[in-house]
Amino acid sequence: MIIQVKLFAVARDLVGADQLQVELSGTCTVETLKEAMVQLQPNLAPMIDFMRIAVDSQFATADTQILADSEIACIPPVSGG
Amino acid sequence: MVELTELPINVQAVSDSVVSGDSGAVVLFLGTTREFTRGRQTESLDYEAYPEMALKQLQQLEAEARERWPIDQCTIIHRLGHLELAEASIAVAIATPHRVDAFEAAQWIMDEVKQVVPIWKKENWADGTTQWVHPGMDTPPQK
Repeated sequence: MIIQVKLFAVARDLVGADQLQVELSGTCTVETLKEAMVQLQPNLAPMIDFMRIAVDSQFATADTQILADSEIACIPPVSGG
Repeated sequence: MVELTELPINVQAVSDSVVSGDSGAVVLFLGTTREFTRGRQTESLDYEAYPEMALKQLQQLEAEARERWPIDQCTIIHRLGHLELAEASIAVAIATPHRVDAFEAAQWIMDEVKQVVPIWKKENWADGTTQWVHPGMDTPPQK
């Protein structure tokens, strides 16, 4: 399946786009998604451990499963307020 | 009530939105653009959000605060886009029967906003560089 990962702030600047298209096969979790993102965009590697993944606007955990119709976003440490 | 806005926050309107005869206390917190951070000079800030999720998270915070404190009215507004010095980036207004609960709830909401609401700040430093602020993570200044 092909997943569009929404990117924000430093992640968007590093990739140079506000979405990253990731192709995944088989059962996929947040952990495997992060690995695939780093393979596509090695410059995300130093910060991927700091990034949280949101699935359908909820923070996910490493073993949260990703489905083809999930809305996925990469959430760097937040700094609102 | 929670809101994201590109427009300057109307502080009087925020205050009016929570004041009523039912409450004995209103706490209004404003987060404002600070000129100096650890000696570095800020010229302006830019805020961006993942708006769908930010709104959901803010609504959840309001709901949780209402369970924990006897809140009569609650307004949380976060500004997005470009902010000059001293402009308000966030307003939190809480009305409760007594002041202790309003202070506690406003403090708790602000602490949570800084952990779980997907909004990001970019420093436009006076030296011409810019830098996304990601607490706990090193982000190099960009030209």
